[in-house]
Amino acid sequence: MELYSLLREFADSWALLMLFAVFLGVILWVLRPGSRKLHDDAANSIFRNDKKPAAETRPAKEA
Amino acid sequence: MWDYIKLIVFGVVAVLAAIAANYAHDLPYMVNALVVMLAAAIAFVWQLRHVGEPAHHPQTEYLDGVVRAGVIATTFWGVVGFLVGVVIAFQLAFPWLNIPGVEGILNFGRLRPLHTSAVIFAFGGNALIMSAFYVVQRTTAARLFGGNLGWFVFWGWQLMIVLAATSYVLGGTQSKEYAETVWYIDWWIVVVWVAFLLAFLGTLWKRKEPHIYVANWFYLSFIVTIAMLHIVNNLAIPVSFLGSQSVQVTAGVQDAMIQWWYGHNAVGFFLTAGFLGMMYYFVPKQAERPVFSYKLSIIHFWALIFLYIWAGPHHLHYTALPDWASTLGMVFSIMLWMPSWGGMINGLMTLSGAWDKLRTDPIIRMMVVSIGFYGMSTFEGPMMSIKAVNSLSHYTDWTIGHVHSGALGWNGMITFGALYFLTPRLWNREGLYSLRLVSWHFWLATIGIVLYASSMWVTGIMEGLMWREVDANGFLVNAFADTVSAKFPMYVVRGLGGVMFLSGAIIMAYNLYMTVRAQPAKAPVNANNFVPAE
Repeated sequence: MELYSLLREFADSWALLMLFAVFLGVILWVLRPGSRKLHDDAANSIFRNDKKPAAETRPAKEA
Repeated sequence: MWDYIKLIVFGVVAVLAAIAANYAHDLPYMVNALVVMLAAAIAFVWQLRHVGEPAHHPQTEYLDGVVRAGVIATTFWGVVGFLVGVVIAFQLAFPWLNIPGVEGILNFGRLRPLHTSAVIFAFGGNALIMSAFYVVQRTTAARLFGGNLGWFVFWGWQLMIVLAATSYVLGGTQSKEYAETVWYIDWWIVVVWVAFLLAFLGTLWKRKEPHIYVANWFYLSFIVTIAMLHIVNNLAIPVSFLGSQSVQVTAGVQDAMIQWWYGHNAVGFFLTAGFLGMMYYFVPKQAERPVFSYKLSIIHFWALIFLYIWAGPHHLHYTALPDWASTLGMVFSIMLWMPSWGGMINGLMTLSGAWDKLRTDPIIRMMVVSIGFYGMSTFEGPMMSIKAVNSLSHYTDWTIGHVHSGALGWNGMITFGALYFLTPRLWNREGLYSLRLVSWHFWLATIGIVLYASSMWVTGIMEGLMWREVDANGFLVNAFADTVSAKFPMYVVRGLGGVMFLSGAIIMAYNLYMTVRAQPAKAPVNANNFVPAE
C-alpha cells in the first residue's frame, strides 16, 4: 500500500477514534464530581495578585 | 561580558545590513536592509550608553513597562491601520484616488496588504502580546520570565511591522494572503515568536498560582499554533540571499491547501483563540464577577481546539481541491458553531446579575457588543462555508463584510475595552479622563460597523446574483464592469462606516493620552505603589 493511502486509512479510522475519545474524556473530566470547588477557586484567581506577584506558591486545592 | 557580546552583535548586524543594502538585487530588499542597519545602530548606541548597568529584575514587582509600551503601540498601529483601510475603501469607490504620481507605491494593490497586516499583525498582534504579558503575570502571580525578554519581543515585533510595511509599498511580497511578508521577515517573525513563547512558558513555569487560568490556555494555544502555521506556510527557498524573492517549496493545489490551512487558522488562533484569552480575563475583571461557568470555558477551549484546525478547506470550494477535503472543511466549520456560541454565552452570562452595568459602564457595553459580534460572525462564517451558500458568496464583498464584522466588531471592540481597562491601571490613574468620550467612541464604532457590514451584505449578494444571472439562451446578462458600477453607492457607505470607526479610534487615542497626561497619579501607598497583602 502506498504511504498516502496508508496514512489516509489510519487518519479516518483509529486516529479519528482516538481524538474523539480524548475529546469526550476531556468533557467527562471537566464534569467530574468534586471539581466545582477547584473551578470556583480558579475562576476567582483573577481577583488576586493585582498589584504585585505573590510571595509564595499557593497550595493546590484538593479537588 | 554579556553587554559587550550584545554590542558586538549589534555592530556586526549593522555592518552586514549595510553591505547587504549595497549589493541588494531589488528595492524592497535594499530599503529593508537599511531599516535593519538603522535599527541595529540605534540598539548599538542605546546599549553603549547602558554598558555595565546592573540588571534590575525584582521578582516582587510585575514587569509592566513592556505592557505600557504595548498599549501605546496598539493604539498607534490601530489608528494607522484603520486610516489605511479608509483610504483603500475610498480608492475602490473613487479610482482617481490611485494617484498617478505615486502609482506603484500608494495604489490599492500595494496598500491593501499594508492595511490587512497593519490591523491584524500590528494592531491585533500588539494587543495580543501586550495583553498576554499583562494577563499571564496577574493570573500566575509571577513576574514575566526572562528579564528583558519581553522587551525583545516588543521591539522585535515593531521592527517586523516596519520591515513589512516598507516592503509591501515597494512591491516586496510572496503573494500569500495574510502571509505576504518575504522570506527574511518570515525568519525574523520566527525568532521573535519563539522568544514570545519562551517568555510566556517561562512565566507559567514559575507560577505561584497552582491552577493555570483558562485565559492562559487560549493565549498558549494561540502562540503555539501560530508558530506551527507560520513555519509550514512559509517554507520557501530564497532565490538569493541578497534579494527578497523566494520560491515556495510546495506548488499547485497543495500550496493552496497549506495557504488556507494557515489562513483560516490565523483567523482561528490569532483572531479568535488569542482574543478569547482577552475576553476570559478582561470581561470578568471589568464586570467584577468571575466567569459565568469555568467548566464551560474549559469545554469551549477543547472544542475550539479540536475543531478549528480542520475548517480551512472551506476557502477552496469548487476548486482543484478534492471534494472530500472541501466537504470535510464545510462539516467542521458548521460544527464549529457550537463551541463558538458556547463561548459567547459564557462571556455574556458573566454579566448575569450585573446587567445594570450596561447602563452605567460604557467599557462593559463595548465588551458586550464585541461578544455579540463574535456570536454573529461565528454564525455567519459556518453559514458561508456551506457549499451552496459559498457558491453565491465567494469572491464577493459579502466575504469582506463578514471579515470586518469579525475584525472590527469582535477583535476591535474587545481590544478597545482592554485598552480602556488597562490604561488607568498601568499608569496608576484614578480612572479614565472621560467616560463621555468612551460613549462617543462606542457609538461611532458600532454605527460604523453596522454601516460597513450591511453595505457589504447588499453589494456582495447583489454582485453574486448579477454574476450568475443568465438569459433565456443561457448567456450571461452582466459584464463584470456592470457589477462594479452597480456597487458604487454601497462602496461610499462602506467608506463612511470606516470614517466613523476611525474617528472613534482617534477619540480613544485622545482619551487615553489625556488619562495619563491630564490627571495626577494616585497618591502612592508606598514607594512602589504596593498595597499590603490582604
